[in-house]
Amino acid sequence: MKSASDVSTTGQGRETWLPLLQIASEEVFDIMLGAKLEPLAEASSLPPSEITSMVGLAGQLCGVLTLRCTVATATLMASKMLGVAPEQADQQLWDATGEICNMVAGNFKNKLTGLSDKCMLSVPTVITGGDYTFHSLADAGTLEVMMMFENHSVVIALEVHS
Amino acid sequence: MDKIRPLIVDDSSVMRKTVERSLRQAGIDLAQVLEAGNGAEALGIVKESAVDLILCDINMPVMDGLEFVRQLQSAEVVKRAPVVMITTEGSESHVVQALSFGAKGYIRKPFTPDQVKEHVIPVLERQS
Repeated sequence: MKSASDVSTTGQGRETWLPLLQIASEEVFDIMLGAKLEPLAEASSLPPSEITSMVGLAGQLCGVLTLRCTVATATLMASKMLGVAPEQADQQLWDATGEICNMVAGNFKNKLTGLSDKCMLSVPTVITGGDYTFHSLADAGTLEVMMMFENHSVVIALEVHS
Repeated sequence: MDKIRPLIVDDSSVMRKTVERSLRQAGIDLAQVLEAGNGAEALGIVKESAVDLILCDINMPVMDGLEFVRQLQSAEVVKRAPVVMITTEGSESHVVQALSFGAKGYIRKPFTPDQVKEHVIPVLERQS
């Protein structure tokens, strides 16, 4: 797996974080789901999110990592992770998306040299439904990657506290 | 190698199934697979049941994986059942702590069946 030094030679500045988040996401989907994430061609074509998984980061890096997708996408993730048909995986979609979100968060922080020891992850929380407003206390911006996973869109975002 | 009876400790049932699947894909012959959702449940299982290998997450509610391994160190069963951590926590301090508590291996999530094989087979061979 790639680390920060593979992505940028300019040190550990924030400019490396977005590509690292993208690589961390791609690796998790590739290794755990056997699926290639592709860049999303058009952000306006995103369907409304129905599932939101969240993992908190605390310590030197504080923030929240979220993974948003539809129920169909989450079911496909669970099915790929378990190696079963989607109709056999629909009761596992919350667990699966929570774990994928957790692995993306862990993989991302492990790529930031020197940070891994100084940042803890929370257990995942998964929200069903899209009629909510997310009020993060993050005040240092949001990194967001929008990807296609087997013709389904997935949005992975990191809300960063200063 | 004989069939082994693993205990998989993770608060995610999907991850427990994924670890079991990876063990099978790694060519490890499994007898009954035991599962626990946290360290406290796992301690209860190892006191009651014979276990050949324990694969354990770190971040779990009730009792985390490091505390489980620490408490297991004083139990007789740890001599028969080596522990391999499987976790998103990839920091050096977690690795050092887990190994100092008696864990025999450390796998970072995400993981491939080949990585499971690479870390688990030597541990099982040393144990037999």
